[in-house]
Amino acid sequence: MPEMRWRFFHLLPAGNDFMSVRVQTEDFDLSQELTSMRLSGQSKKEGIGAIVSFVGLVRDINDGDAINLLTLEHYPVMTEKALAAIENEAKTRWDIIDTLIIHRVGTLKPLDQIVLVVVTSAHRGEAFSACEFIMDYLKTSAPFWKKETTNQGEHWVEAKPSDDAAKARWQK
Amino acid sequence: MISKINYMNIKVLYFARIKEAVNYSTEEIDLPSDISTVTALKNYLAQRGETWGNIFNGKQIVRAAINHQLVDDMAVIHAGDEVAFFPPVTGG
Repeated sequence: MPEMRWRFFHLLPAGNDFMSVRVQTEDFDLSQELTSMRLSGQSKKEGIGAIVSFVGLVRDINDGDAINLLTLEHYPVMTEKALAAIENEAKTRWDIIDTLIIHRVGTLKPLDQIVLVVVTSAHRGEAFSACEFIMDYLKTSAPFWKKETTNQGEHWVEAKPSDDAAKARWQK
Repeated sequence: MISKINYMNIKVLYFARIKEAVNYSTEEIDLPSDISTVTALKNYLAQRGETWGNIFNGKQIVRAAINHQLVDDMAVIHAGDEVAFFPPVTGG
């Protein structure tokens, strides 16, 4: 019987089923997300040994101006597809177990959490690289736009050449 | 003989500063079917007046997606497609 069960597991599709993407207005709880990834069936099956996470925050000062509010707009449907494609690409490049991306939209305050990327793997090296890769691609490929409100008024944040450079270093 | 112009219906979406400039987020367009690429659609929209010209005259970077997939300006548009125009992305 146990042998039967293992065979059955090997027939499960790899990839998409164990990756997830959430775009939401609500905040997230890092500890809760890490616990659920650590204890997932997929982690047990593949021998999890490392979790790497990145949390991006709303800056309180950007280019010398104090930020009062940050509003994030996105392109629903395309956003989810773009983030899932980035996760898939990470999974083809590194030997990782699972990934999670949470990105917030709507109006946020300085020091609020904006984005969470979590990668689990057997060994730390793969998870570190994959996490950085996902963030670099997210910043240049996922359809989000930031608008800052300062004491001088509102303005759209300009894309940075340094973000394109960060993405370019992963290109094969 | 009068040549018959065919039209194809597409949906066009605008985001961020482009949405604010044109003052709406989505429209349906019956596009003359000889306008079949993203470049041609940009040029077509640029004819609509000063606001549109400023956006689509090529001086600022306008990215495009067809059916939720990022594409370049040579990409071909088909009837029923959802085409989106937006500035370079700034998430994360």
